Amino acid sequence: MSLDLRLPIGLLFSLFGVILVVYGLVSDTAIYAQSLGINVNLWWGLVLLAFGLTMLFFGLKASRTRT
Amino acid sequence: MERIHLGAIDYTLLIIYFVVVLGIGWALRRFVKSSDDFFLSGRSIPAWIAGLAFISANLGAQEVIGMAASGAKYGIMTSHFYWVGAMPAMVFVGLFMMPFYYGSRARSVPEYLKLRFDEKTRGLNAITFAIMTVFSSGISMYALAKLLELVLGWSFHASIILTGVIVLVYIFLGGLTSAIYNEVLQFFLIVLGFLPLVLLGLKDIGGWEGLTAKLRIVATNAGFEPGAWTHSWQYTGAPTHNPMGIEWFGLIMGLGFAMSFGYWCTDFLVVQRAMAAGSMTAARRTPLIAAWPKMFMPLLVILPGMLAIGMHATQGGFLPVGSDGHPNYNLAIPMLLAHYLPTGLLGLGLTALMASFMSGMAGNVTAFNTVWTYDIYQTYIRPGQTDRHYLRVGHIATVVGILASVVAAYAATRFNNINDILQLVFSFVNGPLFATFLLGMFWKRTTSHAAFYGLLIGTVAAAIHYGVTLPRDAVPGIKGGFLGAVAHVYPSEMALNFWTAIVAWTSCFLSTLVISLFTKRTKTDDELRGLVYSLTPRQSDAAMAWYKRPVTLGVLILIVSAILNVIFW
Repeated sequence: MSLDLRLPIGLLFSLFGVILVVYGLVSDTAIYAQSLGINVNLWWGLVLLAFGLTMLFFGLKASRTRT
Repeated sequence: MERIHLGAIDYTLLIIYFVVVLGIGWALRRFVKSSDDFFLSGRSIPAWIAGLAFISANLGAQEVIGMAASGAKYGIMTSHFYWVGAMPAMVFVGLFMMPFYYGSRARSVPEYLKLRFDEKTRGLNAITFAIMTVFSSGISMYALAKLLELVLGWSFHASIILTGVIVLVYIFLGGLTSAIYNEVLQFFLIVLGFLPLVLLGLKDIGGWEGLTAKLRIVATNAGFEPGAWTHSWQYTGAPTHNPMGIEWFGLIMGLGFAMSFGYWCTDFLVVQRAMAAGSMTAARRTPLIAAWPKMFMPLLVILPGMLAIGMHATQGGFLPVGSDGHPNYNLAIPMLLAHYLPTGLLGLGLTALMASFMSGMAGNVTAFNTVWTYDIYQTYIRPGQTDRHYLRVGHIATVVGILASVVAAYAATRFNNINDILQLVFSFVNGPLFATFLLGMFWKRTTSHAAFYGLLIGTVAAAIHYGVTLPRDAVPGIKGGFLGAVAHVYPSEMALNFWTAIVAWTSCFLSTLVISLFTKRTKTDDELRGLVYSLTPRQSDAAMAWYKRPVTLGVLILIVSAILNVIFW
């Protein structure tokens, strides 16, 4: 099977992470009243980004050694 | 009830997810060249992917909405579905059954039955299984559409069409591989989408301590001991002492043994994922890898239900109350989503919810198209055609499977708790099946006639038991007692379901045993090689490092599950 599953997973979560981080930075802080005052978009966005990039890193590394 | 409003950012996340899901199907379409590729992923899936797909295929509506609903309704006792039910069964299927499933090269569970026993046993299993999968998939669709209608105001019909079409396209293009790949993606989405919800909810309620304090009120209000929602075993001495209405014996034998082994060891929906693995070792490891995330799933699916009911009891009106005066337990997760997640993360949570429904549905559809094509069409309708022909039939079966699910979705509207209806169906069909496999795999004297009639007797016995008993406070009908006379009243629907499974398993086991002794074997020892334990060479793991051996993994899983049971005793 020549599609490495880590690539689409990494891509999706990196994209989600970037979107949430950016949104977390520009959004009105008033909306975080419901999430106990925590800017969850920013913080969880970073978690998703870290996960996504890790997947991409290993996926790309494997595809490089294969070719 | 107030509706959730989605922002542009939420829709963006949802749309990206749909695009990636369809993209995976599109990227995989080139690899589907034969029916083997389409139905079995060409037996090439690595163990970790098969393992995550193994639990993700089961992570549909039943798991996410149903388990949260049960968490609210029964508290931490719901964890028995995991730590008493799934864990031992998953270890058993990995260690003891996979060598025969994978080693026999059977392409489906019904096909194994054909190899081990005969045509009629396969036919019976294939047909009941096909009906059951369509039913499950329909319930999944129904639950999703109903939920989206309620919390987002989306049209019920539009939701059904949207999810149906997306699942159809990605399976149609990439077959089982596409379903499996998407299931793994969906698994990560579900974990990462629901985790912030659980963390925020726990923080808000004051941690486990705070939750326990609120659940004491829930338990006292319901007329139980204060700890009934937070102890999984302490109140199982008598069925009237716990909200699930079951005592330890029924729990262990019904849920832990008959029901869970029936599901995890014989249900083709999950077994198919392991059959698609790239090697015998990968196939044996599949359920053992799956067991680890599965073990911690209660944190993601049961805990939200407990949080929701805790808040409902103390803040009032957290969950919408239905016309029967009970809170709508199925809304535990959506209500938490709306309560804690601001736009942005809300989109992620919603995407996770969508993902869970799709993975459950896709699991059913891929199992259905395989059983339909190999075990029904190729066997009874048109045998001896080219592989190309069967590949085309598989494509058509995918479309038909989705259409049938849609019909089932419109038909399934009765139960308050989806989980109960699914468990009921499983207990009729899967309960007896495990007895047949157990005898078939470990006793070579088991005959084909015995397997067939034993299975039939088990299913009929389950139906009769269900027909003459009733849960407390229920009227005879779909909830039991449909045969008129009510011989016994159980304290809850759960208890009735567990005991139905026990009756199904026991009657199938005993009748198969007895009939075997009075009928002639139709298969010689030679024909049963690779299919029966005593006639198959053992898998030797001596070459593997001890910590890589399936046995080590299995024992570890059981130890950690036992510890979890003790912690939440």
